[in-house]
Amino acid sequence: MAIELKKVTKRVGAQMHIYETDLALERGGFNILLGTTLSGKTTLMRLMAGLEKPTTGEVWFDGKNVTAVPVQRRSVAMVYQAFINYPSFTVYDNIASPLKVAGVPKAEIAERVRQFVELLKLTPMLNRLPSELSGGQQQRTALARALVKGAELVLLDEPLANLDYKLREELRDDLPKLFADTGATVVYATSEPQEALMLGGHTATLSAGRVVQFDRTTVTYRNPTSLESARVFSDPPINTAAVEKRGGSMHLSERVHWKVPERLASLRDGPYLIGIRPYHLLPHGEGVTVVGEVQIAELSGSESIVRLTVEGNSWVSETHGIHAYDLGERVEFFFDANRCLYFDVDENFIPA
Amino acid sequence: MRTVVCISTWMRISSRLRTSTANTMARIDFKNVRHAYPPPPGQPPVYALQEVNQIWEDGGAYALLGPSGCGKTTLLNIISGLLTPSEGAVCFDGQDVTRLPTTERHIAQVFQFPVVYDTMTVFDNLAFPLRNRRMPEKQVAERVEQIAAMLDLQASLKNRAAGLTADGKQKISLGRGLVRSDVNVIMFDEPLTVIDPHLKWLLRSKLKELHKQIGVTMIYVTHDQTEALTFADKVVVMYEGTVVQVGTPVELFSRPNHTFVGYFIGSPGMNVLPCEVENGTAVYRGHRVDVSNLVEKGLDGKLEIGVRPEFVAFSSHGIPVRVDKVDDLGRFQVATVNHDGDIIKMVLAEDAEIPSENPRIRFEPDNTRIYENDWVVEAVSQ
Repeated sequence: MAIELKKVTKRVGAQMHIYETDLALERGGFNILLGTTLSGKTTLMRLMAGLEKPTTGEVWFDGKNVTAVPVQRRSVAMVYQAFINYPSFTVYDNIASPLKVAGVPKAEIAERVRQFVELLKLTPMLNRLPSELSGGQQQRTALARALVKGAELVLLDEPLANLDYKLREELRDDLPKLFADTGATVVYATSEPQEALMLGGHTATLSAGRVVQFDRTTVTYRNPTSLESARVFSDPPINTAAVEKRGGSMHLSERVHWKVPERLASLRDGPYLIGIRPYHLLPHGEGVTVVGEVQIAELSGSESIVRLTVEGNSWVSETHGIHAYDLGERVEFFFDANRCLYFDVDENFIPA
Repeated sequence: MRTVVCISTWMRISSRLRTSTANTMARIDFKNVRHAYPPPPGQPPVYALQEVNQIWEDGGAYALLGPSGCGKTTLLNIISGLLTPSEGAVCFDGQDVTRLPTTERHIAQVFQFPVVYDTMTVFDNLAFPLRNRRMPEKQVAERVEQIAAMLDLQASLKNRAAGLTADGKQKISLGRGLVRSDVNVIMFDEPLTVIDPHLKWLLRSKLKELHKQIGVTMIYVTHDQTEALTFADKVVVMYEGTVVQVGTPVELFSRPNHTFVGYFIGSPGMNVLPCEVENGTAVYRGHRVDVSNLVEKGLDGKLEIGVRPEFVAFSSHGIPVRVDKVDDLGRFQVATVNHDGDIIKMVLAEDAEIPSENPRIRFEPDNTRIYENDWVVEAVSQ
């Protein structure tokens, strides 16, 4: 099913939860809403589901205005972070329950349940109660129940947030495949940039009730249209700084400057903003050299994450390997000016 | 800018703290500790905790890492005294406390969800554990101010706790755990679950820094490898009731003692592939593989090769594979390749090229090891 939000807003009391939003989701697509708590992810999903009515604007499914259609008649399934199963039903009965309610013949129920339990690797657990399952198995049961209905729109609100790290990794791998087979349109809310990248599909970056950018996930990530979109899609946070173009050089300070990349040579002189991904700021290599004062150094397995002050900016460097520093130590870091993202003072991306 | 200023103030304050506290600290020893919950009638006991011998050095920053059901909560409850182990002894600084109640162990705990007195102000919440111990009000105020400064709570000290966000409330819980200076150990049970990722990162750094400054033993329980590895100096990895490895983050990454550690630490986890040993050489499905730990002794258990995705590379000669998919994860790419039905993951540079014809792979010998029945060969002698 294709879903379209047309000039949708949502106001609660005096507070704007969603500012005017246009968003079109393709039939069968896997769509991610990425943003922090209170950025509007859940509200957008509830508007799509019909659990909330927009203050202004319209919701269209497959070219039909469904703004006034109640949730029961929208062919929608929603799975929340806190998964809900019927405690006294077996896994089989939990998954079959929406079909029983809909009066589907018994043989067909059995067939459809079988199909999804196989996909979700729940076959050996069919006769168990939810309390006898691990968290991951419980969430998979809740997912199977949402899927078995054959809903055309499936809304998943941070469905993996409560699960073990490794289980999340496995399900992130499986979910897009799973939905590709069902043909349902999926909307998936998450606050983790890494999760969005792993899931693929399309990603909308959300900030303070607005959709900042919507595109294929790798495009949203690699070519942010604004600094805000890049901020939402970066963890650790993207490094930002004010710079000034003076003729052929870009100045971070009086001391630190570099040659303006060729594609931006025609820019007029004046103030601009840059964004540098933490993994493009390295303690070795070549390019622009800056001196940073180390604030905090964190080591995690194969990674070093160093927070430092560079020319008055608070930056982060994320590198492979172990690099230990003393607090307050002054160290040289390097970045490639061609890998910087350049923005105008209104935070809009400057295309080549 | 703001963070920088705040961290330096807080370092100044913390160094003062360190001198004013540092009285009750202790090394914690687990001696042959085992625990089984009461079994159903007529059945043998199942040990939630197999034998654990573990020393928690005074002032260490530990993480207790493992999946749900691995026994980490049982272990935590044994330290705090909520649970008396079925066998073995727990000592604080050599003194047996196995049967000592929680209240006499001088322990602070921070739980997964905020425990906050909604009707009290932030100040009174932080002061609560101190007033309970009848600390003079002047000292209480001093201590609370210090802790509030560390956690950026000064501005809201006079506000009711009820009006705070989940983050704010959890910061109070953290503050209450940190406010007492007379504790042997501070234990955190998944303390950042309710915190937003962006803030998580900051709080984690703060906790770690705080540990460096006040030097109290901290044990941080989590199932999240990132949290464990960034917080702890030493990570205790648990699996099915057993401590499978204790090590620094680097050790756990570069030399997993057990296939579970290889799988659980690192994302994607270590590739574990079946192998045989022929004439002193490891052989994976007919391909000779150089490993770093082959020993002369006879190996007769289940044999496997473990190699992390970081140490698998495309190569002009090597094991032929089919490339199933390549995921762009921003900082790096993950390739999923297939040899003879085995799935092998590879971590590749952001701009690495994937060979289009006859792709072959090779394992870096220094980081490829043989495991026997899930344990790294020669692990015992190390």
